[in-house]
Amino acid sequence: MRWTELIVFVVLFGLVTVLGFLAARWKAGSTLDHLDEWGLGGRKFGSWITWFLIGGDVYTAYTFVAVPALMFSAGAAGFFALPYTVILYPLAFMPLLRIWSVSRARGYVTPADFVRGRYGSSVLALLVAITGIVATMPYIALQLVGLEAVLRTLGLNGSGIVGHLPLLIAFVILAVYTYQSGLRAPALIAFVKDILVYLVIIVAVVYLPIKLGGWGAIFQAADEKFKATPAPGDGLLLNANNQLQYATLALGSALALFLYPHSLTGVLASRGRTVIKRNMSALPAYSLLLGLLALLGFVAIAAGTKPLVNQATGNPDTNTIIPNLFAGQFPAWFAGVAFAAIGIGALVPAAIMSIAAANLWTRNIYKEYIRRDATPKDEAKQAKFASLVVKFGAVAFVLFIDPQFSIDLQLIGGVMILQTLPAVAIALYTRWFHIWGLVGGWIAGMGWGMIMLYNIPSADGKRKHFGASALKLGELNLFGWHPFGGTTVQIYVGFIALVTNLVVAVLLTLLARKLKVFNGIDQTEPADYHVDENSAKLRPVATH
Amino acid sequence: MTQPGRSGIRWSNWNLLLLIPLALLITPIFNRSGPALFGMPFFYWFQLAGVALGVLATAIVFAKTKDKPTVPARGTDRDVDTLDEGAGR
Repeated sequence: MRWTELIVFVVLFGLVTVLGFLAARWKAGSTLDHLDEWGLGGRKFGSWITWFLIGGDVYTAYTFVAVPALMFSAGAAGFFALPYTVILYPLAFMPLLRIWSVSRARGYVTPADFVRGRYGSSVLALLVAITGIVATMPYIALQLVGLEAVLRTLGLNGSGIVGHLPLLIAFVILAVYTYQSGLRAPALIAFVKDILVYLVIIVAVVYLPIKLGGWGAIFQAADEKFKATPAPGDGLLLNANNQLQYATLALGSALALFLYPHSLTGVLASRGRTVIKRNMSALPAYSLLLGLLALLGFVAIAAGTKPLVNQATGNPDTNTIIPNLFAGQFPAWFAGVAFAAIGIGALVPAAIMSIAAANLWTRNIYKEYIRRDATPKDEAKQAKFASLVVKFGAVAFVLFIDPQFSIDLQLIGGVMILQTLPAVAIALYTRWFHIWGLVGGWIAGMGWGMIMLYNIPSADGKRKHFGASALKLGELNLFGWHPFGGTTVQIYVGFIALVTNLVVAVLLTLLARKLKVFNGIDQTEPADYHVDENSAKLRPVATH
Repeated sequence: MTQPGRSGIRWSNWNLLLLIPLALLITPIFNRSGPALFGMPFFYWFQLAGVALGVLATAIVFAKTKDKPTVPARGTDRDVDTLDEGAGR
């Protein structure tokens, strides 16, 4: 047991717990019994709060442990997280402004609400909502994996159900204050989380290289390690086979990110378009941080850090690389701060994700199919309850199923959420696609994406299915035809699935138009996509 | 330049700057180890520098498009409140 670290961790954890409960009264509106308030914090967050909130939401604890862990084991290929988060903001800049405006003008809370309004189709909205919920669930479970990596490094590495107890306690606390305070809780806690994270990473990237003989020595150690392994895919640079995978994975991940309901929740909670525009330039500060953090994977190689063996599964867990590096290289009290940063870093996104999933459930399934006459108060009540169900579902995932399953599901989730791009992002600009084109495209992209993922074994050959997201182009099989037969170049599965989705959507749209099939009613107007915080006739927040 | 079309899309040529950071997807540009900076191979420091490129692109687009009216003129919809757009900040 590492007592000093544990005490620092518990104190900081206690601090954010208090903040979580106090948050209910922070910038309080007239009521918390409305999704605009509970689920979107009153739609009035300014630039700073939005920066901390989206930063806390996008750069999760899992990112902090998994990206360096990937660099540790694969090298350059793990660095895709950097170009991904660099191109993310320029790509999202304009669509986010449009979805903020139309959501503010029409009172939309979720991406599926927008699809419902844009196409007047509850089927399409349901598909988008279910995709969002299913893709978010394993993401929440992964935050637990990140939190548990820290707890186990702290010495709370018991076996069986006792080993999971600290995790369970942490999550019950989180569930209760999210239930009470809604989105205001993670927004307030994000301040503490991000300040701690910045502090830890900046100290780590300055202090550790000095201690270990500079970046030159660190890269040399990493190079020697990769040269010594028999695996062909690792190394300090990309090779001929994984460059396309690197680029398509970065692009696919960037396109997918703001389709995730939790990222959009942070955007919709902001006060106006200026807040979003400012943040598109300010959020990359986190990308820089992530890039430096990724390099800590190489630092861990140079420092000779070994992954901890998880007592619950009996396998070495590479996700403990970064916590173990901190434990080995930092003085005990600062390692405690670092662990708290990662631990609290799990709570913020987990809270926002559960709120986003709860909003989707309430608005697009409960109100649409179960209780059509639900009042805003009923909606808020249902969403609070749903947020509890979602969180305990995620705990059950980690407790009763191999954590590897969550990692597989998250991989699948990224491919899945990308399939909502035509119905959500493209629909922001044009209604050219037909409802049934979008539905057909979704089915095709989703179906083929899943089949491709199912057939990819893991790099070490231990698992036959869902082993990675990189497909060898030579194995691409179009009803028995191999268009790229023989090549060993790899590509991101989600990218192929999205192209499939778009091709099918275009073909079915042309067909549906030819047959003059009814294409729903658009409730939005062109002007809705440009309203801003000071616009006349803005819909009042939290009234209906 | 920013007149609302029938589809409600408004366009400024400054928006094209947002495409520049996509250069980070062209791996052959930077998939090399030299020249190194502070012991860091080119592959790594070039992409870290890419963060500044992204910030620059979004910041310029923000600055160059912010004085435009945020609500398109739609007949009688243009009243005193819409004229105040952006003046408060």
